[in-house]
Amino acid sequence: MFADLFAYFYQFADVFAFLVLSAAGLAVIFGMMGIINMAHGEFIMCGAYATTFAYHAGLPLPLAQACGAIVAGVIGIILEAVLIRPFYSRPLDSLLITWGLSLVVTQGTLIVLGSSMPGIGTPSGGFHIGEYGFSTYRMILFAAALCVLGFIYLLFKRTRFGVHARATMQNAGMAQALGVRRNRIYALTFGVGAALAGLCGALYAPTMTLIPTMGATFIVESFVTVVVGGANVLLGTAPAAVALAITRTALNGLYGQVFGQIGLLLAVVLIIRVLPEGFSGWLAKRAS
Amino acid sequence: MKRRSLLSGVAALPLFSIVGRHSALGADPIKIGLLEDISGDLAMMGLPKLHGSLLAVEEINGKGGIMGREIKLTHLDPQGDNARYQEFARRLLQRDKVDVLIGGITSASREAIRPIVDRMNALYFYTNQYEGGVCDGNMISVGAVPEQQLSTLIPWMVEKYGKRVYTIAADYNFGHLSAEWGRTILKPLNGQIVGEEFIPLGVSQFAQTIQNIQNAKPDWLYMLNVGAAQDSFFEQASAAGLHLPMGSPIKIMLGFEHKRFAPPALENMHASANWFEELDTPAANDFKKRWHAKYPKEPYINDMGYNAYVALYMYKMLVEGAKSTKKDAIRKVIDKGGACIDAPEGEICIDPKSQHTSHHMRLISVDAQHHVHVDKDFGTIQPYWLGQVGCDLTKFDPKEQFSPDHLPKKM
Repeated sequence: MFADLFAYFYQFADVFAFLVLSAAGLAVIFGMMGIINMAHGEFIMCGAYATTFAYHAGLPLPLAQACGAIVAGVIGIILEAVLIRPFYSRPLDSLLITWGLSLVVTQGTLIVLGSSMPGIGTPSGGFHIGEYGFSTYRMILFAAALCVLGFIYLLFKRTRFGVHARATMQNAGMAQALGVRRNRIYALTFGVGAALAGLCGALYAPTMTLIPTMGATFIVESFVTVVVGGANVLLGTAPAAVALAITRTALNGLYGQVFGQIGLLLAVVLIIRVLPEGFSGWLAKRAS
Repeated sequence: MKRRSLLSGVAALPLFSIVGRHSALGADPIKIGLLEDISGDLAMMGLPKLHGSLLAVEEINGKGGIMGREIKLTHLDPQGDNARYQEFARRLLQRDKVDVLIGGITSASREAIRPIVDRMNALYFYTNQYEGGVCDGNMISVGAVPEQQLSTLIPWMVEKYGKRVYTIAADYNFGHLSAEWGRTILKPLNGQIVGEEFIPLGVSQFAQTIQNIQNAKPDWLYMLNVGAAQDSFFEQASAAGLHLPMGSPIKIMLGFEHKRFAPPALENMHASANWFEELDTPAANDFKKRWHAKYPKEPYINDMGYNAYVALYMYKMLVEGAKSTKKDAIRKVIDKGGACIDAPEGEICIDPKSQHTSHHMRLISVDAQHHVHVDKDFGTIQPYWLGQVGCDLTKFDPKEQFSPDHLPKKM
């Protein structure tokens, strides 16, 4: 009985972690900043590759993963200044430029680093409850997802940087007039988003095949979670991930992965139809 | 890391890179069209295929070409996109008027271009192992088929590990047909499918599947998962403590998962192969030496790459036998029987009835350190199934794909 209940929870936690971690970076860059980041998957891939390099260079895994997130974040800050900045008021052009970036990065990685990379191997360690065996690392992913949600909330709600960032995203001119250094805020916020995407790649690197197109695996889930979450990512991402994870887990368990995937997408269509502004729009309306 | 081999791959990136030397060879060149994915999700497998073709062309041209005619190879990269496969197949056949078309990785891409090949009445080599059953006079299949791979592997697995089998398959024609083959072969062995799951391509998370397997308690897993995303299964299953024996027609020698994943993710994987890089015979070692001399950074010479290499020598043998590049003349050579070449695996022949290739099959397995062992040598196995169920291309050409549940009508 307990074993079965825990098995359900484990399945839910696994899907939930995947949704939250893949969506976190995009929630900041797309949800907050309004950049339709088609290169989101490539930031994830970047984090995974950097982690793998650092690990093979001899760093312990957690440090290597931190490296992965930092590398992706730094690249994000540079790209923001060089490439993204002219496109804040032109969302459709930002879509095009990030899509182009994604193509260049994927093919460039293939050319420079080869078609695949030797993996890291999931940290061993598992536990048994009843007849089921579980991987400890998947529970760590779940914990990491909760931490990421907490981190985003605290960063944007409780720090000076967060207040400045939210003010800038709402009204950049006004914020600047009040002395906020606009460009720096944009660059740092984009960097945070890129670092969160990199962290996703870093955390999933030991569990996946490393190829230049690996980021594509995360794209659907990340966009779906952010869109269902709505404009206010601080409010929306968590309930969106919970709702979608429950749907997918139930269908996966009952009818298999094909229906899990179909169900996930159907749920998104339904939620967007009923709650056009996503969960955060609905929650905000109820609060006011 | 792999810079050099990739740069040579990149040299072939422009759509119309023409490989071949300006030699003093007489007459018009023989034009060969090649479709292999060297970018996109399948690049990992497509690159060795391109390398195999380039190596064979270089060797053949270096020794005077085919009947004194130089080979001119035109390679296009469909990037794993079936619509591009069709577009490029048309371009090669109609505009470039190639003498023969070679390539394609997935069964979906093969079935996408086969109607075009048939309409143009062209000659086409498919160079992968696959689920078998294509009875089409325009196609010559170089890779191994189920009666060579599965009819050897599955009974061996049942005998060694048990009758309870769990199937994990990619949700497209290869996965479904290979799963069907598994059911067909297991039935007379009193085998039992205790679970069967079809996974959409691109899915990378397997917690639910792993739990279903733990519930079903199979003796071994029949793995038909395809693509880099689905390969994540091994890492996740290993981390969850699921150390069941596995058997597959596409792992190890094709996807070199034992090189890509950290041990012991692929421990206890078994496959039936006509080629794997660890094959240790004088002919195989000589072939590997030539390959690595040209592509020193190749991560693994997989069976697809090997088959792609062999296909060109097969075409050379056929054209020289027919003294022509015309399809009808070439098919007459096959019809006579004895269309054989000395390949690195040993002598292999084209079966006149099905136009599939005989292969020397070996059962291989991977240990905890990811070393490959040969567990059994089956010798040469003919591609007999299509002929048995009534496909005879020397008499009739249905241009259709058959399977155990879809047999040709008795004539």
